[in-house]
Amino acid sequence: MIALLRRDLLLALRAGGGFGLGLAFFLIVTVLVPFSVGPQSDLLTIIAPGVLWLGALLACLLSLDRLLALDFEDGTLDLLATAPLPLEAALSIKALSHWLTTGLPLVVASPVLGVMLNLAPGGFVWLVASLALGTPALSVIGTFGAALTVGIKRGGLLMSLLVLPLYVPTLIFGAEVARRGATGLEAGTPLTLLAGITLATIGLMPFASAAVLRMTLR
Amino acid sequence: MSGVSFEVAAGAALILRGPNGAGKTTLLRTIAGLQPPLSGHIAGAHETIAYAGHADGLKAMLSVRENLDFWAQVFGQNDIEPAIAAYQLQPLQDRLAGTLSAGQKRRLGLARLMVTGRPIWVLDEPTVSLDTDAVALFAAAVTDHLTANGSALIATHIDLGLDAGSLDLAQYRSAVDLRIGASDEAFL
Repeated sequence: MIALLRRDLLLALRAGGGFGLGLAFFLIVTVLVPFSVGPQSDLLTIIAPGVLWLGALLACLLSLDRLLALDFEDGTLDLLATAPLPLEAALSIKALSHWLTTGLPLVVASPVLGVMLNLAPGGFVWLVASLALGTPALSVIGTFGAALTVGIKRGGLLMSLLVLPLYVPTLIFGAEVARRGATGLEAGTPLTLLAGITLATIGLMPFASAAVLRMTLR
Repeated sequence: MSGVSFEVAAGAALILRGPNGAGKTTLLRTIAGLQPPLSGHIAGAHETIAYAGHADGLKAMLSVRENLDFWAQVFGQNDIEPAIAAYQLQPLQDRLAGTLSAGQKRRLGLARLMVTGRPIWVLDEPTVSLDTDAVALFAAAVTDHLTANGSALIATHIDLGLDAGSLDLAQYRSAVDLRIGASDEAFL
């Protein structure tokens, strides 16, 4: 398992764009928002938590179609499916490496982008906490979508259509934590629910992903 | 395909023959556990089988040694030196796999079988793009594997010079017309 994680991270480093792509997309989306809604700082303060969460979610989506497609094309998935490592574990590792290369940089960069969107001072801690707890679910659900569409040529758009509705609960509670935190309300309840969603997807989704991947590999 | 039945003993090899489309790849993927058989059964655990298909599962951005190391670790093995030696990969071991020629990649893909440590090799057209010297290396590797009480099931068109039984799949060809609707290109 560690061998697979190390190989994926090494490939992300060597191939370039592995770490930076989602982060650059997140940066550009959040920079574009003040241009499109105008520079009223009051309005930006109100929409900042939602915009940051939406940007992070779309950035996570960006690199998903390459998550399994590259391994499918060069035959690695066939060989992994016949390896002693269970496919569920292999896909959990894939999701973890996606989170480490995409989700974690977003969490780290989000306070800086919060400043750009004039996020209320009390909201920073809650924004980082909600992204840190919510983005793993995005990676795990995304791995399921990638497994579902891996054999299809140009399946990236189809995968986005399948995955985005599954992101709704995470987005609702994640953005709610950040919004409540920014407006000084109690945010513990949505944070607990967000953590619950993330833990449930981490626990259950790899089994669904492995089941559909076995079907798409036929 | 229907009515196919065979047995491969430990220390023996079986060569599968048959025209293109006879079902060699389908049969081998089924045996390797990548798809369930429509009917019938396969004796022998999937955990004892090392499968090598048309694609070698190599990463272009990793060196020859790193590729082999990765697969050895996945299969819980440590020693990749015999595999490197058997396919004469020493001069190439620090090159990125992406810079290798097709035949060199194939040799690396076949070397991967040796680091799996599994007794049954299921090989689909292993000699594609190999030159005669490399085919001899491959035949020697298979012979060594058989001597060590392993077994091999090989789909190929060329004569490997192995002491092995042969099975022609053409006679089992099903009369049913398999028209699979490929809809991948219907949207997008």
